[in-house]
Amino acid sequence: MARVDAAHSIEATNDRASWRRGLSQVAPIVLGYVPIGFAYGVLAEKAGLSPRSAVLMSALVYAGAAQFIATGLLAAGALPFSIVVTTFVVNLRHALMSASLTPHLRTWRPRALAAFAYQLTDETFAVHATRFGQGTPSKVEAFCVNACAQLAWITGSWLGVLGGQFVPDPRPWGLDYALPALFLALLVSQVRGRIDLGVALAAGTVAVGLTWAGLDYWSVVLATCVGATVGVMWEIWTKRQSS
Amino acid sequence: MDEKTVILTIAGMGLVTYLPRALPLLFLRRAGTAGWAMPSILDAWLRYVPPAVLAAMVLPSLLLPGGEAASAIGNLYLWAALPTLWVAWKTRSLLGAVAAGVAVVALGRLFLP
Repeated sequence: MARVDAAHSIEATNDRASWRRGLSQVAPIVLGYVPIGFAYGVLAEKAGLSPRSAVLMSALVYAGAAQFIATGLLAAGALPFSIVVTTFVVNLRHALMSASLTPHLRTWRPRALAAFAYQLTDETFAVHATRFGQGTPSKVEAFCVNACAQLAWITGSWLGVLGGQFVPDPRPWGLDYALPALFLALLVSQVRGRIDLGVALAAGTVAVGLTWAGLDYWSVVLATCVGATVGVMWEIWTKRQSS
Repeated sequence: MDEKTVILTIAGMGLVTYLPRALPLLFLRRAGTAGWAMPSILDAWLRYVPPAVLAAMVLPSLLLPGGEAASAIGNLYLWAALPTLWVAWKTRSLLGAVAAGVAVVALGRLFLP
């Protein structure tokens, strides 16, 4: 009995530590999601979405850029089919993120992976990719990050729908910069050598070029493929030089 | 568009968003364990996805905020990248780096014309 209790308390301590680690990783995401979710809520309300539909989109789709675009398309009276196709193209980048996390999550069961994938966003991916590089974390930690992030997103959307006109504009507080800053900070921890830096510069340059050319829906997918290919070719070339 | 169509559209958006998120995780899971081994070149390629995708998302948002080329001097997002990168590099603290960037943008909006 005592042994069972001891085992239980170790597990509880581990869980508490996992929660703490998860919360510290998700804090910057929450800081960015609440105001951006809020901005989405305000926009959705202005576009004529019912409060229920606006919040439902944050629960079911849960993808910032696509939700902003879809809201704009809905307001412009676009056809449902074209809204769904646009969403697919804009969110296709998540397939690359999902694939790149696979090597770290081989031990998870399909059901856990299916649940985990539901809350895979640009931001949670960026945090997970960095964290998984240091060793696979507990499921508690990974799901803590995911759940808190979506809760922040839904809460922000809901507040935006409800009180857009009562709450002051968050822009003067600079909170619109929280997510770009988070990406920059995570990029710093991802760049460990010259090849990584080359990959980032190649992908970033291609993305800027494509966005500037008006292909912003495709830019992340194409630029990521170019960047990762540059990395592999550079790696092969370096190996050939040294052998 | 009536409410029912909107909800169906949202459900369709949810489906086409979920599939790319889930299918690679579910189907590449077996690679390297049973059946077939993941080719090492694909493995290497996937290792470069995180830096590539982060750079592909952040660089346009700094250089083309709002989808348009901004003048380098007036671009607050670009200037705020410097303290953000510096804090991230020195302290490795995500929250610290985000706070630095947000503070610079807030101060810039307060004091710059």
